[in-house]
Amino acid sequence: MDIVVALMQGIAVALEPMNLGLAILGVVVGLFVGAMPGLGSVNGVAILLPFTFVIQSMTGSPTSPMIFLAAIYYGAMYGGAISSITLGIPGASTAVATTFDGRPLALKGQADKALVTAAVASFAGGTISNILFTAFAPPLASVALKFGDPEIFALMLLAFATFIGLGGDDIPKTIFSICLGLVLATVGFDIVSGEPRLIFFEMTGFMNGIRFLVLAIGVYGIAEMLWTIHSTRSGDTGMAQVDVSARRIWQNIKEFPEAWRGTLIGSALGFFVGILPAAGATPGSLMSYGVAKMTSRKPETYGKGSIDGVAAPESANNSASTGAMLPMMTLGIPGSPTTAVLLAGMVIWGLQPGPLLFSEQPDFVWPLVGSFYISNVIALLVNLAFIPLFLWMLRMPFTILAPIIFVLSLVGVYAAYQNMFDVGLMVMVGLAAFFLRVLDYPLAPAVLAIVLGPIAEPKLRQSLLFSDGDFTIFLTRPIAGPITVIALVLLLLPLFKLIRNKLRKPAAVAD
Amino acid sequence: MRTAEMTTAGLLALFSLYLMWISGAPPAWNPSAPRFANIGMIEGEGPGSGFWPFWLSLVMFLCCLWIGWNGWRRKSGPSRQEGPFLDAHSWRTVILVGGGVVGFWGLIYVLGFYGAIFVFMTYYMLVIGRHSLGLTLAIATALPVVSFFFFDVAMRIVLPKGYLEPLFIPLYAVFL
Repeated sequence: MDIVVALMQGIAVALEPMNLGLAILGVVVGLFVGAMPGLGSVNGVAILLPFTFVIQSMTGSPTSPMIFLAAIYYGAMYGGAISSITLGIPGASTAVATTFDGRPLALKGQADKALVTAAVASFAGGTISNILFTAFAPPLASVALKFGDPEIFALMLLAFATFIGLGGDDIPKTIFSICLGLVLATVGFDIVSGEPRLIFFEMTGFMNGIRFLVLAIGVYGIAEMLWTIHSTRSGDTGMAQVDVSARRIWQNIKEFPEAWRGTLIGSALGFFVGILPAAGATPGSLMSYGVAKMTSRKPETYGKGSIDGVAAPESANNSASTGAMLPMMTLGIPGSPTTAVLLAGMVIWGLQPGPLLFSEQPDFVWPLVGSFYISNVIALLVNLAFIPLFLWMLRMPFTILAPIIFVLSLVGVYAAYQNMFDVGLMVMVGLAAFFLRVLDYPLAPAVLAIVLGPIAEPKLRQSLLFSDGDFTIFLTRPIAGPITVIALVLLLLPLFKLIRNKLRKPAAVAD
Repeated sequence: MRTAEMTTAGLLALFSLYLMWISGAPPAWNPSAPRFANIGMIEGEGPGSGFWPFWLSLVMFLCCLWIGWNGWRRKSGPSRQEGPFLDAHSWRTVILVGGGVVGFWGLIYVLGFYGAIFVFMTYYMLVIGRHSLGLTLAIATALPVVSFFFFDVAMRIVLPKGYLEPLFIPLYAVFL
């Protein structure tokens, strides 16, 4: 009951004109920053951090600047889906999984449905995670602490196991793609030993590693566009047929309950993965997509425009973004790069994140938690209001939209890393990926692996260092053990199916 | 298509072997260390720096053999198709569009992002899209202008300007 009263008081503070205005401004800024390929919530929060000192000097409280930054974070999480759906380029790693089904829906002329589903699923994910955050913050923080290196690696193994299902029927090509992504993620300096690794042809540009956006924008921005131009010989991609009207948006909102499965899976899994230190929204959204597909009655529709395939990752990345706030506020451990910047802001404003924050700083905590609810509603309304603008982009002739996407791809990579080597590498990756796409190599698993590889490898190595090289550490620990077993079963499932099919075939021939 | 499938599998197998080879390279500060000393467990340090990439590259190599074998037996999708890897239309697309993107990247070094965007948009819309000159020039001019205000001015991300840098100095004075 105390929590409800504190939350209501917090919401009242968040609804004060100054705080409400900052939340609206933050959401709008975040939405457009998140929609731009190459820029994500971390860019928005980091760039506008200095601006918050002005806000603090005006209001005299750290609550208002924190509400502003949290609103940017929310807005950017909503915005990530926009470029994934309309342009087919995942602007940030958190929106990769949204591309898998959002883009096919846009190509079918249903971009409005995909955008509305993404917005409403994000709202649902954000709201569910806010409720979980409000009710269970302190106990969940202690659960998160029980996740050490072996547990996080087991979780990553589970994520990889769900990828096997993403790659289609060609198992060797899927495994190749996963391993390629994992190996490319190791290029650059080894963070454990400090050694430079896999520096191709001793080119110094590889010292920085092969970054996620280089592969993701290469695959989705360059290769996918070449593929679309190559496969639609008339030049008509179908995207121009999108109808924009308030009635149609309302119709799509009414049809949202069709995506309840994906939304529930994404909200729950996203929050849980989000609270784990070093995990964050990206693994949460990827795992949610994989689990939604695996548990679906129609898994074959995924990757071809499944509405659950949009709802699961979108609800998950919003849910995880709230979840990532939990270890930041209750333990002082940031779960993602964006929460690291938010943590820095809190420390600068004289706040001490940790288990005592909720009891010692209620005047800061509850208005902030209240603002999560308010920002979530604002983000939904702003997102729905801007859908006609986003769809207008798709009404452009494809011969105008395509070069704009190429331009955004190159500019986006430069904006993210400010390095021309990465831009050139992205172009080469894109061309190579196009040829692999022609031969049916699934490249989504490689993109996902390059995101999770840098988390998984250090966890594996630190676990093995801890166990003196004994791999059973992943099976004998109470939390890691069951997760590893489930992951291994899922990994071996395609092999079992292959053997079963082989055994059935001779029997059918004999009949 | 079958030939392309098997050739690609062969090339990727070679690439996997190359990855295995460089995964086992000794560190720069100890070049006399034996190659592949870092792919297993190191006393007191746990797995070496080459452990993760080496064994994954080995799995990649084995997968390439599997893909090649499937191609040989015509068991994979592309190996069952009779047509060429890419027909004349596809090659034309790759050369015009892909070549255009490569040219765009090269032009950035000379004209900077904004100049290169103008040239690339003009090329694409006129040559590939066959749009009118007026529309082409309008979009090819508007896109760099909007990009400048978004990246350089609003986001403070200064994009390279190449040899056109002097033209931007007055703008810096006003907006930055």
